[in-house]
Amino acid sequence: MSFKILSKRQLSENVFQVDVQAPLVARARKAGQFVIVSPDPDAGERIPLTIAGANSAQGTIRLIFQRVGKATAQMAELNEGDALGYVAGPLGRPTHIENFGTAVCVGGGIGIAPLLPIAAALKEAGNTVVSILGARTKELLILEEEFRTLSDELIIVTDDGSYGRKAVVTEPLETVCRRSPKPNLAIAIGPTIMMKFCCETTKKFEVPTQVSLNTIMVDGTGMCGGCRVEVGGKTKFVCVDGPEFDGHQVNFDLMMKRMSAYKALEQKAYEAFREHVCKIGLHHKTTI
Amino acid sequence: MTNESKEFQELVEKQQAGLLKPKDRFAIPAQEMPAQDALGRRSTMSEVALGYTPMQARLEAMRCLQCKNAPCVEGCPVRIRIREFVEAIANGMFQEAITIIKENSLLPAVCGRVCPQEVQCQEKCTVGLKFKDVNQSVSIGRLERFAADLSKGCGAVPAVAPTTGKKVAVIGSGPGGIVVAADTRRAGHEVTVFEAFHKPGGVMVYGIPEFRLPKSIVQEEIDVLSKMGVKIVCNFIVGRTRTIEQLMKEDGFDAVYIGVGAGLPKFMNIEGEHLVGVYSANEYLTRANLMKAYAFGRGADTPIAVSKNVAVLGGGNVAMDAARMAVRLGAENVYLVYRRSEKEMPARIEEVHHAKEEGVRFCTLQSPRRILGDAGGHVVGMECLRYDLGEPDESGRRRPVAIKGSEFVLDVDTVIVAIGNDANPLIQQTTPGLEFNTWGNIVVDDNCKTSMEGVYAGGDIVLGAATVILAMGQGRIAAAAMNQYLAR
Ligand SMILES: Cc1cc2nc3c(=O)[nH]c(=O)nc-3n(C[C@H](O)[C@H](O)[C@H](O)COP(=O)(O)OP(=O)(O)OC[C@H]3O[C@@H](n4cnc5c(N)ncnc54)[C@H](O)[C@@H]3O)c2cc1C
Ligand SMILES: Cc1cc2nc3c(=O)[nH]c(=O)nc-3n(C[C@H](O)[C@H](O)[C@H](O)COP(=O)(O)OP(=O)(O)OC[C@H]3O[C@@H](n4cnc5c(N)ncnc54)[C@H](O)[C@@H]3O)c2cc1C
Ligand code: SF4
Ligand code: SF4
Ligand code: FES
Repeated sequence: MSFKILSKRQLSENVFQVDVQAPLVARARKAGQFVIVSPDPDAGERIPLTIAGANSAQGTIRLIFQRVGKATAQMAELNEGDALGYVAGPLGRPTHIENFGTAVCVGGGIGIAPLLPIAAALKEAGNTVVSILGARTKELLILEEEFRTLSDELIIVTDDGSYGRKAVVTEPLETVCRRSPKPNLAIAIGPTIMMKFCCETTKKFEVPTQVSLNTIMVDGTGMCGGCRVEVGGKTKFVCVDGPEFDGHQVNFDLMMKRMSAYKALEQKAYEAFREHVCKIGLHHKTTI
Repeated sequence: MTNESKEFQELVEKQQAGLLKPKDRFAIPAQEMPAQDALGRRSTMSEVALGYTPMQARLEAMRCLQCKNAPCVEGCPVRIRIREFVEAIANGMFQEAITIIKENSLLPAVCGRVCPQEVQCQEKCTVGLKFKDVNQSVSIGRLERFAADLSKGCGAVPAVAPTTGKKVAVIGSGPGGIVVAADTRRAGHEVTVFEAFHKPGGVMVYGIPEFRLPKSIVQEEIDVLSKMGVKIVCNFIVGRTRTIEQLMKEDGFDAVYIGVGAGLPKFMNIEGEHLVGVYSANEYLTRANLMKAYAFGRGADTPIAVSKNVAVLGGGNVAMDAARMAVRLGAENVYLVYRRSEKEMPARIEEVHHAKEEGVRFCTLQSPRRILGDAGGHVVGMECLRYDLGEPDESGRRRPVAIKGSEFVLDVDTVIVAIGNDANPLIQQTTPGLEFNTWGNIVVDDNCKTSMEGVYAGGDIVLGAATVILAMGQGRIAAAAMNQYLAR
C-alpha cells in the first residue's frame, strides 16, 4: 500500500495540509480519531495526527500538521506525488456526537485542525455551534473559512490583536458561558495550558467540557503506556481510552510535565535535520 | 593432533560404533556456551551468546543417554523428538537433526535461544536429575539453536498444496501468527497476516532485544512466509482499520486466527508513576528495539532517556531485557529491584547470569513505595522498603512481607516498570459475540476455537503472559483445527 500525498497546501508559515491516500482509514474513520504516521517507513518517529477530514470516495484522509520538530519538518518537505512511510489507523475512540443543544468549540493554534471534524459532526447532528478560534497572530490562524461556514457564531481572538479581538480564548469562552441559557457542552482543543484554563473557566459554570489530549505516543494501540495521563485520579492511556476526556477530571499539570520529557533530545534531532536540509539545499525558500 | 581433538575423535568413534557407555557420557563436561566478553558487550547490541562450534555440539550431544522413554520430550510444549535429533547431532548428521526438529517446531532458531529450557525440556532430563542440577542437563536448547543456525540462509520454502480458494486472516505476526500462517498456507489456503506495527514479528522484534535474539532471524522466518505466498499487511489494526466481522462478512475471509499478544503494560499504582523518566518495559524496549532509539541522532528519530542510574522493577525475562538494554544505552548503575528472592525470579537462568555479568545489581527482597521527583517532574529517586519471605501464598512461592521502618532511597533518574501486562481490550471492544474471561483473555476450547464460528485464538491473548514456544504450540493446534474446519 502506498500512502501517496495527492494534494498539499500551506495554511500558514508552519502549518501544512495534506490529503493522503489511505482508503481503509478513510472508510473507517469517525470524528475525533487519529492516525499514527511516519515520514520514513523504517527508522522514523511514529507520530500521532488527528484525521481532520476524509473523502471516502477518493480514499483520502486530510491531515493538518504543524512543523514543530524533526518528523513534522520531514513531512513538510514532501510534495504532491510523494508518499508517507506509513499511515496506521484510525485510532482512539470516536467523539460521542449527539444533539446536545448548544456546543461551544474552542480551538487554539494547531488545535483548530483536530477541532474541525468534531465541530462539523456536532453541527450535522443539529447542535448550535459557537466557535472560538485563537492564534498568536493573524498569519497563524488556520481554517477560518471552514469554521465560518459551519458555525452559527464565530469568535476570533489573537494574542497581539492583529486580527479579531485582542484576547486569549478563555475571555470569550467566559462570556459565552455567562449567557442564558448556558451552553450544553464545551470542547477545547489546543495547547495543554490553554485546555487547562478553558476547563477552569467552564468548571465555574458547570458546563461539561471535553478535551482532546495530545500526549507523547509510541505505538498508539495501548501497548507502551507512554501516553498515560491521570484522569479522575486514575491512570488512563490516551490512545485507547481517549484521546477525548472529561476536561474537569484531567490532571493537566502532570501532563505538561510529561510532555516536556524529550524536549532537549528532540531539539537536537530537529537541528541536525535542519542543518542537513540546508546542506543539501532543499527548498531554500521555505524557512524552517 | 592436539590432545583435545584426539579425545574427541575417540569419543566420536565410540559413539558411532555404539560403544559409548553412560559412564563415558557422564564424564564429558557440559559444554559452556561461548559468549562475547562481558565488559565488551556492555556497549554493543550484537548477540551475546555466540553458539556452539560443531565439536562442542557433538560433545554436548554425546552427553545424552538416549533414554528409552525420553522424559525431556514431555517437557517440550511442542514435543520435539529430542532424543532423535540429539543423536543425529552426536553422529554429525546435522541436516537430519534440523529435519527432525522442523517436524514439530517452525522456529527452532528462535526457541533454541529464548525457551526457558530449565523449566521445560531440560528440567526433565535424566542427566540433570542424575547430577541433581538442571544446569548439568543436556543443553537441548543450545543444540537446537546449533542445528537451526547451520541451516540458516538456505531458505528452504515448504511446499504449498494446490489452492483451495479459501481465505484465512491471521491477526498479529507474533510466533503464534507466524505458525498459523505457515501451516494454513501449506494446506493451500490464501493467507493474509495483519499487523498493527510497521514491522512484523511481534514481541520477537519489539520486545526481545537484538543482543538476545537477532532480528535477522525473525526476518528470515517472515521472508519464508512471503515466499510461500502469504500476504503480510502492516499498519493494519484489526478492530479499527477493519473489524473481524467486516473481514469475515465483507472481505471474504473464511477463518480467522487472533494472535494479538497481551498488550497493556501494568503499573504499580504508586505515587510518582507519572513522572518523566518512568517507563513501562514495553515502551522502553520498543523505543530501543523497534524504533532503534539506540541509534538516536544516527539515522533514528525516536528518543529515549539518557540515564545514569536506572531502577528496573520486576524479576522476569522482560525485566532482565530492560536492565541489560539500559546497560547498553550507557547507564552507569542499573538496579534490578525485586520483591522476592532470586530463587523465585521467573527469568531464565541464563538471562540472570548474563545480567549479573554485565554489572546489573540485584536488589532482591525490596520493593518501591513511591517515586520521587523534582520541581520539573523528573525522577530523582525511588523510596524502597525491604522485605522478608513469609508463608507460601497460593502460587506456592513464599509471600514477601514488608519490614517496618526499613525505608531507604535509591538514587535513580529512570525507573522501568516490568511487572507484566494486561490483555489489550481493543478486540474485545470491537468484536461483539466473542467470549472473554474476567481478565480479558479470549476463551478457547482444546482446539483453540473461540466462541465464534470460524474464529480461533492463541498465544498471550489466550494464556496471559506465556512463552514463544507456547504461543507456537497453540498456533499449531489452531492451524490444524482451521484446516479441518475449512476442509469440511
Ligand atoms: C491524538 C493526537 C493528535 C494530534 N493531532 C495533531 C494534529 O492534527 N496536528 C498537529 O500538528 N499535531 C498533532 N498532534 C501533535 C503531534 O503528534 C506532534 O506535534 C508531533 O508528534 C511532533 O513530532 P516531531 O517529530 O515533528 O516533533 P518532536 O521532535 O517530537 O517535538 C518537537 C517539539 O514539540 C513538542 N511535542 C512533541 N510531541 C508533542 C505533542 N504530542 N503535542 C505537542 N507538542 C509536542 C516537543 O516537546 C518538542 O518541543 C497530535 C497529538 C496527539 C497525541
Ligand atoms: C521483553 C520480553 C522478553 C521475553 N522473553 C521471552 C523469552 O526469553 N522466552 C520466551 O519464551 N518468551 C519470552 N517472552 C514472551 C513471548 O515473547 C510471548 O509470550 C510471545 O511472543 C507471545 O506470542 P503471540 O503469538 O501471542 O504474539 P506476540 O508476540 O505478542 O505478537 C502479537 C502481535 O500482534 C500485533 N497486534 C496486536 N493487536 C493487533 C491488532 N488489533 N491488529 C493487528 N495486529 C495486532 C502486535 O503488534 C504484535 O506484533 C518475552 C516477552 C517480552 C515482552
Ligand atoms: S522448543 Fe524449547 S522446550 Fe522444546 S526442545 Fe526446544 S528448547 Fe526445549
Ligand atoms: S532426558 Fe536427557 S538424556 Fe534422556 S533422552 Fe532426553 S536429553 Fe537425552
Ligand atoms: S501510545 Fe503506547 S499505549 Fe498509548
